[in-house]
Amino acid sequence: MAANTASGYIQHHLQNLTYGQLPAGYERSDGSVLNDATWTIAHSAQEASDMGFWAIHVDSMLWSVFLGLIFLLIFRSVAKKITSGVPGGLQNVIETIVEFVDTSVKESFHGRNPVIAPLALTIFCWVFFMNLMDLIPVDWIPGLATLAGVPYMKIVPTTDPNITMAMSISVFLLMLFYWVKVKGFGGLFSDLALHPFTSDNLVIKTILIPVNLLLETVSLIAKPISLGLRLFGNLYAGELIFILIAMIGYLQLPLHFGWALLHVLVITLQAYIFMTLTIVYLSMAHEDH
Amino acid sequence: MNINATIIGQTIAFAFFVWFCMKYIWPPIIGALNERQKKIADGLAAADRATKDLELAQAKAVEELHLAREQAKEILEQANQRATVIVEEAKGEARKEGERLIVAARAEIDQEANQAREALRAQVASIAVAGAGKILGKQIDEAANSELVEQLAADL
Repeated sequence: MAANTASGYIQHHLQNLTYGQLPAGYERSDGSVLNDATWTIAHSAQEASDMGFWAIHVDSMLWSVFLGLIFLLIFRSVAKKITSGVPGGLQNVIETIVEFVDTSVKESFHGRNPVIAPLALTIFCWVFFMNLMDLIPVDWIPGLATLAGVPYMKIVPTTDPNITMAMSISVFLLMLFYWVKVKGFGGLFSDLALHPFTSDNLVIKTILIPVNLLLETVSLIAKPISLGLRLFGNLYAGELIFILIAMIGYLQLPLHFGWALLHVLVITLQAYIFMTLTIVYLSMAHEDH
Repeated sequence: MNINATIIGQTIAFAFFVWFCMKYIWPPIIGALNERQKKIADGLAAADRATKDLELAQAKAVEELHLAREQAKEILEQANQRATVIVEEAKGEARKEGERLIVAARAEIDQEANQAREALRAQVASIAVAGAGKILGKQIDEAANSELVEQLAADL
């Protein structure tokens, strides 16, 4: 572990705990050579990247599932004994969130779809919880993990592009699914091929098809990528600044406070943006241009 | 920062969480919210209705009161009229009774005067007979002279 230098410190903080297979004959970071292909935890960034696609970020997955379960448990505990009478403390909070999400959905989506509202609620709360981990001082949990012998521990799942991209691609697939379900493949094609340039003349219309197709496909592909990378980029940058602030000694306290204060806003805002864009994309699939 | 199988794991977790939320979290909460909304709407409507009912009842009460007052006035008037009539009747009867009493008293007076006169006449007759007897100095046959005496008495 190269935690002694500044760049080593940063790299250590930005490295996920990766579990994967290293090929036979691989020279590990401590100099030992593997005789067989081995499933193991990566001890350096190089090892993690050499594990290829079939490796998993254990910390991202654990924290993400853990936070998702917290969300489910809190909401489920309220949903189980919910009353339409006078609501109690926690029920009030939950109802406010649910109502907020419901309003957001109703504002931009006018059809009937039982998935969109729960999807939006899940995204908002889960992303918010994952982002919230950013406010835990950067050294606390990785420090404990190091004491416990775990080489890396990145506690903010949304600073892992795998997590954000998985969610945005899921949303994208759902969008394509509903697009086809509502309008059929013909509708999908005409949405992509006949806009934004259109003409009453059939010949010009036909000529314009490839142009439209190119433009629309690019903007279509850009949707999941921008959705996932926006969340990742914001949180990754925020986390990086927390790490940089953490390196400057005792002066970090006011800076940390200021940045955390600003970050409270970023955390909520990014969760909200992710939710809103999900709703917008899904309602686009349902509505005519 | 490598793209790896985490993306698949997260997709599975995401699908599960959304499914769970859709199945067990969203419906009861939104159901309760809608139910409360309905309750509040019903309550407001009921309040509106109650206000209207109250207004109606108040108007009706005012009307009833008015009617009652009118009736009372009418009854009072009737009673007054009746009283006047009764007093008038009583006055008339009293007058008649008085007149009757006066007439009866007069008749009685007349009768008594007559009786006194008769008694007086009888006494006068007997005195006259006695006087005449004494004057004639002999016993007059009362039976023979009674017709005469009677005639005398009637002339008195």
